[in-house]
Order: sequence, then structure tokens, then C-alpha cells
Amino acid sequence: MGTSENGKERSSDLKVIGHPIRKIDARSKVTGQTRFADDVVLPRMLHAKLLRSTEAHAKIVSIDTSAAEAMPGVKAILTGDALPETFGILPVSQDEHTLCIDKVRFVGDPVVAVAAIDEDTAEEAVRRIVVTYEPLTHVSSIDDGMKPAEGDDRIQSYGPFGNVHKLVNLEFGDVEESFEDADHVQEDMFFFEGNTHLPMEQHAAVAYFDPDHKLTLWSSTQTPHYVHRALAKVLAPLSAAHIRVIACPNGGGFGGKSDPFNHEIAVSKLSMMTGRPVKICLTREEVFYCHRGRHPVLMWMKTGFKKNGAMTGMHFRSFLDGGAYGSYGVASTFYTGALQTVTYHIPRYKFQGARFFTNKPPCGPKRGHGTPQPRFALEVHLDKVACKLGLDPAQMRKDHLVPRDSVTANYLRVGSMGLGPCIDKVVEGSGWKERRGNLPEGVGLGLACGSYLSGAGLPIYWNAMPHSGVQLKLDRSGGVACFCGSTDIGQGSDSVLAYVVAEVLGIDPFDIRVVTADTDLTPVDLGSYSSRVTLMTGNAALQAAERARELLAKAVAEKLEIPVPNVTFAEGRVFDAEDPGRSMTFAEAVQAAESKFGTIGTVGSYVPPASPAKFKGGGVGPSPAYSYTAIVAEAHVDPETGILRVPKIWCAHDVGKCINPALVMGQIEGSVYMGLGEALMEEMTYRGNRNVVHHHPSMLEYKSPTTMEMCDVVSYVIEDPDPNGPFGAKEVGQGPLLPVMPAVANAVFDAVGVRVDEVPISPEKILRALQAKARGQEGRTGPSKVPEIAWKPPMRVPPPWEGGTGEALPREDARVKH
Amino acid sequence: MTETNGTAGPREGRALLTLQVNGEVHEFVAPAHHTLLEVLREELGLTGTKHGCELGECGTCAVLIDGEAILSCLIMPQDCEGKEITTIEGMADGPELHPLQQAFADNGAAQCGYCTPGFLLTAGSLLQKNPSPSREEMKEALSGNLCRCTGYLKIYEAIDFAAARLRGESAEFPEETIHGYE
Repeated sequence: MGTSENGKERSSDLKVIGHPIRKIDARSKVTGQTRFADDVVLPRMLHAKLLRSTEAHAKIVSIDTSAAEAMPGVKAILTGDALPETFGILPVSQDEHTLCIDKVRFVGDPVVAVAAIDEDTAEEAVRRIVVTYEPLTHVSSIDDGMKPAEGDDRIQSYGPFGNVHKLVNLEFGDVEESFEDADHVQEDMFFFEGNTHLPMEQHAAVAYFDPDHKLTLWSSTQTPHYVHRALAKVLAPLSAAHIRVIACPNGGGFGGKSDPFNHEIAVSKLSMMTGRPVKICLTREEVFYCHRGRHPVLMWMKTGFKKNGAMTGMHFRSFLDGGAYGSYGVASTFYTGALQTVTYHIPRYKFQGARFFTNKPPCGPKRGHGTPQPRFALEVHLDKVACKLGLDPAQMRKDHLVPRDSVTANYLRVGSMGLGPCIDKVVEGSGWKERRGNLPEGVGLGLACGSYLSGAGLPIYWNAMPHSGVQLKLDRSGGVACFCGSTDIGQGSDSVLAYVVAEVLGIDPFDIRVVTADTDLTPVDLGSYSSRVTLMTGNAALQAAERARELLAKAVAEKLEIPVPNVTFAEGRVFDAEDPGRSMTFAEAVQAAESKFGTIGTVGSYVPPASPAKFKGGGVGPSPAYSYTAIVAEAHVDPETGILRVPKIWCAHDVGKCINPALVMGQIEGSVYMGLGEALMEEMTYRGNRNVVHHHPSMLEYKSPTTMEMCDVVSYVIEDPDPNGPFGAKEVGQGPLLPVMPAVANAVFDAVGVRVDEVPISPEKILRALQAKARGQEGRTGPSKVPEIAWKPPMRVPPPWEGGTGEALPREDARVKH
Repeated sequence: MTETNGTAGPREGRALLTLQVNGEVHEFVAPAHHTLLEVLREELGLTGTKHGCELGECGTCAVLIDGEAILSCLIMPQDCEGKEITTIEGMADGPELHPLQQAFADNGAAQCGYCTPGFLLTAGSLLQKNPSPSREEMKEALSGNLCRCTGYLKIYEAIDFAAARLRGESAEFPEETIHGYE
């Protein structure tokens, strides 16, 4: 077994990697014994409840807690003024308070927290608190957000103006000139409605501030490191070194447990006030108010094409309905403009994005973070152009793929690139060439592609420290413990650590004890988001394991009197490759190493390669490796009712290399499922004329696919190993979701000849388009205008092929140009 | 519980309950308005029963009552006295997993594992009545259980596998469900 750079050439002799091995925690999960946050029970534990705002936007005039305080069994009442320090996931938007102080910003914003001897008492106490509000003008849409607002009518006091949170204007080459060179210029508008993660587990947290003044928080979080940061900031002067955050296994995350949350800080403070453990478990309705899900995005896309489908340039605008707080919103805004360029070659590209504050639960990252909306726009846009140019949509895409090992117009470095084989697989599997165009009325096929990051190239807090760290402890019993800050949200990240270490040390993954997601015990990993965990923790684990193997090999070579390069690790033994009889057990090898070097512990860490993007805003989009996906969807539309069924989806995904094929398949199927829900039915909507209350904060009325709606999935796994991935692995948890929505929209067009340029593609939208077509109008449902914004001059960065270096031109040049 | 809030009110009633759970008889006192879900988790410490909504919408908290899959968030423990309640903790035979549990573990049918107890018990109830369910029958039986991770497909495959094993037939997971299609 070779130890080369990143182990990419290991192949046929791999014993663990690439094999469908059961997850190391699978037996706990099927027996219900996995300890989720709400399963944590401590002696003397109190229970907390939050009083949440009933107003969308209002000043808090008074809070009367006297009746609650008088209740026996109530142990502590916390209001916002006790915790004036703000927090937030991004350093640029520290705009949240644990509990609202002066004003509330959406229905569901937390105002008071109560700890009591049991949940019923806490609930009753919350009911007895009286808050008086003075309503302010509420903002329920992007259109509302465009209206001038001053003073208290601004939801937040920062941002360029009014209720605009963030404006982005980036130009990579002169796109207006590129349209002049085009044979056809296509202009379209799209709207992608917001939706939410809907993890099965409701968020829960338990805090205990112990008599030695150390605080421990157990929480259903995907990002214990950032929760640790937020607690230290808000609870100062309590030292960060005295705070321990333990992320319990998450009962589903999908991005919804990636922010530090009010309730986590509130129970911590309540524990400090009472000296007792305090638990909170949110109701399902409250989970809807935590949200941080998919942003509603209005989009405008204009692209120049040659007759053969090659793009000459693209101009894209996005308008995001952000909700009441920043959350990941600045990153989300950049992401709506980032990844258009990594699939098909776009020589010139301009992106303008605007995020608005509205009086709704904050939007943030959901599976695909900011990229599914523009991917929907791009892939439907291309389908329309292929029709106009008389080209096959599959072939047109294949003819203009971004080459491997290249840099895009916006300075994203693409390494491995398996989209071509992905397209071939779904075209062949679906019978695309024979069936498309020959199906009965009402039945159609649609194709779309996508790409996603294998982890963000830059961390949220810019610094030079590792994004992921792994520590290994080997002891004379032969036991190996692997410590890492990563959080298993169901994707199997704990198992990935065990597989990688087991492969390198030649042992059984079930012999490794994995300890994760504990800020006291484990080295920092930034968290389970942006599909970063397999690549980053995998590389860190690989480095730590290879360092351990090096120590063992030296000791074994000395003991067996053989050359170090001959020392081989496999099946729990360490032996001479040339004379396997000269051998010892793995435990004996550890004993030899411990005798020679002392206690055996090694570390590994991972920092992504530097990005060629050096301009401001270039921090969003770079990744060590991009995954690629192609999807064909089959749609059956009833032209009388508009009812849409999707019986089957073919999905091919370039994962680089499977660490475990069964888990890869699970991620592909789960992504397709979640994409199908977004395509057909999921929407997070509010009653703008009814105080911006949520339409349906319940699982019954927030429609998501049951077994009756889920389609068959034919999956293909493409392995195009990437030199930056551990054993060549790239991501799979998010990418396969992206093409589902546009593939379904394109299939609807193939089925009944109308365009639904919106998500979800609901029956009434299909019917509206069919009725318009029947009246001789354009057979389309979708937006017809986007806001006029006074954009500031763009930051101009010439693309690499126009002499660019990745640096922005001075602003003065930008002004001269436009 | 050693502390009480000491106020008299509609929520203050206590019920003396005798429940037979996983073959064991438990006699205990609980607030009279607490659901079976709450007493299983909070009074008996059987936290294997999970909850996703506590409103009967998601299927996560399903348990078996006399062999029928029932949502424990919608039933009062008073109505379960004299009946046999089975939770996920009662599904395995000691350390020996039930074939459904084994199949779910081996096939990746449990990703986050949170909806898994509800699915396993509901599937177990189905196989009791119908040892060879078709895919359509399976979908119908599981249509009240939501899973956000798997897209249900690995769950169906695991049930097929376990059903075959329970019928005494040999079973393999189809190659394409593990490695994808060629």
C-alpha cells in the first residue's frame, strides 16, 4: 500500500475504502440508543420555555413578568437586557440578541426565557408574562424591502440603505460587449420560493454551569465550534476556556442547525442563574421560526450564445428575501452568483446581488446553500436556448463543459471534472435520445446538471489555522482512539474517520473508538456544512494516521530487522511485505513503538489550497474540489388539472471516489428526495396581510414528500478522483439535489409545452400556464419584473484569459467604464 | 418527582398507571394529561421513542400497542393499560437484533436515525400481517412516517431484505442499490 500524496493512487488493494461497510454507529441507531440532545437527562434538571413575539415588527414597550415570578416552581426568568452582547454566525452580521431588547423583528422572535421545575410549569409561566408592543411598519416581501425606510422602520440599523442588507456587484469582463458577439441573446426571469430543512429532530439543548464554574452545553448543532464562539462572546467575562460545547448526533440537519441559536445561549444563562442543569426542546412550530432555510430568490439572467450553444457572456441578478437577521445571508448572496461558472464555459460574467431584510424568520443555508436557486435559473434558461437553437439540451451542455484543471472567469479553480460521463449515463439510462419527443402528450423528460463545493476554501473567520484537526491516540492494547471536532448529522462522518484511519493502519474500523464534536476533547473542525467534512476531516485523519504508521513502521522495522519501506499494515497485523511470515500483531507493533518513542499520539490537520481569487468577495465559491451531477426527470402532467407526478429520476454523480458506496448512494437518494420536495411542493410562506404570520408552521401543512410522492431513483456513481480529496473523494451530500428542480421544470415543458419559471412547480402554476397558452398567450408562469436598483459601480476583475490576475482593477477604472 | 409547583389547577391531576412495556410491568404516577410518548420517555426512561411534532403528523413516535403501530403522541397512557406496548427497546432479542434492525443497519436505511424507531416498528407491524408486502403495500403502510434523510428507498430495500430473511429465504441487497447502476 503506497503512502503517496493524499493516497490517491491506492486502489485495488484498499481493504476499507470503497467498500460498503456498516456505519460504526448503525446498531445504536436501529435500537433507538443514539443519544440525541433531548435524550440527555441530568439530575436536578430544570426545563426552559421561550416566550416568542406575536408581532412581526414592533417596539417592546414593557415586559411584565410578575405573575410568572409569583408561580411556585419557577426558578429563573431571563429578559434581553441581561445579555446585551450580540451574536451571529458571520463576523459581518452580529445582529442577534439572545432575547429581544428594544424591538421584535418577526412573529416568533424570542423575548423572554423561563426556567422551571418541569416543562408544564415553564409553559404556564410563559403564558402569564405580558409584553406590550408598539407596532412598526412591517416588511413582508422584496417589493416592500425596496420602499424607503428610516429610523425604527428599518428592521436592522445597518446595511447600505432602507431595508437592503447587502449589495454585490462583480464584473469579470465586459458582458455587454459579449452580447454583441452573440448569435442569440436570451433573457429570462425566475422565482424560487423559500423552503425549510424540516429535520425530524426538533432542536434541543441542555446546559449545565457546574459548581466549579465550567459551562457545558449539549446541543443539536451542526457547528459546535461556532456555538462555542457565540457563547463566549455573549456570556463574557466567562472565559471561552471554561465553556464546553458537545454536539449530540443530529436528528437531521440539512443546514438548519448551523447557526448559533437563541435557545442555546438562553439555557446556558439560565443554568448560570440557577446553578442547575437546564433543558429546552423546541416545539415543531418553534423549529419553523428558527428556520435559516432556503432564501426566496427572484432572478434575472441574460446570456449571449453562439449558434452551437457556446456562451459568450452572462449577466445575472439575484434578489434575496432574507428575513429579519443576517444569519449566513451575506455568504448566501455571494453564493447565488458563485457557481454558475464551474459547469459550462462562460468567458465573461457579471453578477449583481441584493439581499433584503424582511419581517420573517431569518433565511440561511439549506442543502446547496444559495446555489440551487441560480442553478434552477441557469438550467431552465439553457433548456429554452437549446429549443430555440434546435440543439439537443444534453449535447449542447456536453459540448461546452469547463475543462478539468482550469480556472473560471470568476477565478474558481476546477480540478477533476466528471460531468461529461454523468450526462452520458443519464442520457443512456433514461432512453433520452429515443424517448424524448416520442412520448405521449402529458409525459416528458427533462435534463439538468449541477455542481457543488467539497467544502468552502475559506473559513468564516479568516485565519491561517486548520479547518479540520484530528488527533489519534494509540495504546499498548492495540486500541486506537480518533478525536475530531466534526459532527455526525446522519451523513456518516464519524464512520468516515474510522474508515480512513483503519485503511491506513490496516485494522478493522470497528476497532476504532471515534470521539467527535466536543470542544473540550476534540481538535477544532469547523462543522458539518458546505459538504466539507469528508474531504477536510478525511485529509486530516489521513495525515494523522500516516504519521502514526510512520512511527510504528520504524519500531517494527527495528524489531523485525527489516527495511522500513517493507513494513506493511493489513488485517490487524504488521509484517514484512517480502516475507509475510515475519510479522506481529497490530497491538505488538504499538507496544514496540511505545517502547521506542514513548506514548504514541499523532495529529493531522487540513488547510485548503489558496484560491486564485484575490478580489474582495472572492472568498465565496472557492473549494478544494467540485462535485458534478446530471439528472434526467420524467414528468407526467394531467393537462386538465395541472397535477404533476414524477415517477422516476435518473441521477449520475461524480463523487471523485467512494469512501463507502452504500453511504454515497444514501446521499444521492436523499438529495434527490429533498430536491423533489422543493420541485413539487415545499414552500415557506407567510400571510403578508395578516401580520406576516407563517402560513403553515406544522408538518401536516408544510407539505413534504411521503412514501406516496417519492419517485424511483436510478443512481450512477461516477468516480473521477480528485487530487485534493482523501483517496480522491469529493462531496455527495448536497450536489445531487441541485439539478432536480430544473430537470422537473424542463420535463414539464417537454410534457405539455409550458414553462413554469418558478419553484415549487405546483399544479396551479402549470394550469395557469396551460390556460394562458390556450388563450394564445405565452404558455408560462413566472415573474415579469425585477426591482430597479441603483447599483454602485462594479468591482471589475478581468478574467484569466483577458490578462487578469485575480485582483480587482482600481475603482477609478471601474467608474470610467460604466 | 420531589418538587411540585404546588398550585392547584387542571394540569395538577396525577394518574396512577400500570403499563406493560416490552414485557415488563411498570406501576408509576404521572401527570394525568401526559401522553404515552411523554410517560415512556420521561417516567420510564425509554428515550428510544423519538418525537418530531407531538401532533400526530410525522410518525416518528410510533410504538406498537397489541401489535398495531400507534402514534404515542396521540394516545393517553390510561387507554393503554392492560395492553402490550412494544417500543424500539423491545424489538431486539437481547443483543440479537431483529432482522429488520439488522437490515436497516447494514443497508444504510438509518442515516440520522431519528425517524428509524418509528419506521422499524411500523414495518414490523406490517410484516406481522403481510410477510411479503409489495412495494405499493409498503408505501401505503409507511405513508404516515416521514424521513428527511433517505428518500425512503433504502428503507424499502431493507424491509424487502428482512422480509425474505423472516420468511426463511436467503436474501442479498441488489448490487445496484449499493454501488449504483453500471
